[in-house]
Amino acid sequence: MKPSSTPSPAARATPRPGRLVRVAAGVLLSALAATGGADEYTATDLERWQQAYGQVVKKGDELFHGGLASENTLQCAQCHPNAANTHPETYPKFQQQLGRVATLFEMINWCIENPLESAPLAADDPRMVALQAYITFERRGMPLAPGKH
Amino acid sequence: MSGLKRREFMKRGAALAAAGSLPLGVVELAFADDQTPDFSFAFISDSHITHIKGREFVRNFDRGLMRAVAEANLLHPRPDFVIYGGDIAQLGTAAEIDHGLDILGGLRGDVHYVMGEHDYYLDLGEHWERRLGPQYHSFDHKGVHFVVLNSILTHEAWTHGAWDSPMARMNEMARLDNPDGSPFMVGAAQRAWLKQDLERVYCDTPIVVLSHSPLQKIYRGWNFWTEDAEAVQALLAPFRKVTVLYGHVHQIQYNQIGNISFHAAMATAWPWPYPGSYSQQTSHLPKLTVPMNRADPFFERDATGWQFVNLHSGDIDVHYQLPGNTPRVVAFDAARGHPVDRHHQAPEDRLPTQDHY
Repeated sequence: MKPSSTPSPAARATPRPGRLVRVAAGVLLSALAATGGADEYTATDLERWQQAYGQVVKKGDELFHGGLASENTLQCAQCHPNAANTHPETYPKFQQQLGRVATLFEMINWCIENPLESAPLAADDPRMVALQAYITFERRGMPLAPGKH
Repeated sequence: MSGLKRREFMKRGAALAAAGSLPLGVVELAFADDQTPDFSFAFISDSHITHIKGREFVRNFDRGLMRAVAEANLLHPRPDFVIYGGDIAQLGTAAEIDHGLDILGGLRGDVHYVMGEHDYYLDLGEHWERRLGPQYHSFDHKGVHFVVLNSILTHEAWTHGAWDSPMARMNEMARLDNPDGSPFMVGAAQRAWLKQDLERVYCDTPIVVLSHSPLQKIYRGWNFWTEDAEAVQALLAPFRKVTVLYGHVHQIQYNQIGNISFHAAMATAWPWPYPGSYSQQTSHLPKLTVPMNRADPFFERDATGWQFVNLHSGDIDVHYQLPGNTPRVVAFDAARGHPVDRHHQAPEDRLPTQDHY
């Protein structure tokens, strides 16, 4: 595929690139660099990527268990031990209480704003990324079931 | 309790449910012979009163308990007493226990309290005991022997480990899904006391055991579990009819193991998912249990509740009062020899469950 100089939609939407955008740019550069030799990565690369992922899952675990600032002290795991009953594999889906199709991140914010009575997080806030990483990790191996109730 | 009164009782329960329902349950014990009267008691559990700061407490959990208290006070005929199944507090502070007891102080009649782990692991039950008396004891009521256990003890090495502070220990135990947690147990000392206590009880006397943890093994990862459950069950085995009522799990569960019927209480604070909804581990929800429907987080009282309990001949009916939902009745079925849901036990009569999550 011909590389394009057009910034990614994420970059256009965010005047000051956040960490997520920098990561996205890094991935793009890696893709360009790799055009000369596909599949050229080592076991060390895999380990490094897995480690980076694992660190974010761990961060999400901490946030989920009281690490996220909460106005009323409640934490996610109080209702969702091991992130149970968050069913990330069903999103996006029609959320009947909202009357529209919603994503997992919106539902996480719903919990932050209501039971936790706290301020919502931006979609690309590293804490939101970490929460989703943890929640999804705890459902690993389950088949995708978008839209399911 | 006569048939007429019982109908009146249940009718009243239905009227309450229609009015908006609450979080509590009633238990009825009934007796075949005329010597021993049937009676009922209310059963409220797991309020998790949470202190924020100063005079602020989490509104949602205050409201759940207040509602249970208000509805228990409206029951007619009057239940003989109220059982509180444990976890008044979230982090065991005097502020939380005192605030919870202020609300529970509105109850009419006697209340028997069970110790929960959230009440215990800050000061090892000191404040609770100061307010409520011994951590375990027994009493007799209208021919039934009631035993109150502290079933949330654990290994001494864990309890008296190198904690930075008592609150650090409390926080560890307060985390349900804690991979570094420690299993609940009744413990050797209390089992020895129980053995002695039961020696003076005639084996035909119905026994009701009140504990916070299940006294059966469902899922260790969330402490839906008592490590020495089999040893406790063995002490109860000689008796004709035993019922264990427990809290902790924040959901409807029931089971039958030999002569022992088990019933769990709803929480007034919030519901927990069934352990089967955690896909990474195996759990053992009793096969008899017809699960509750999945909770709607947008309605904060959904899947919370309370129970009223009827006793007939030592057999128990648990009437789950579920805000915004149809009440459920789980009653001992003498023909089948175990508790059944009166309306939803058969597979074709079941409500949609959260199996797929």
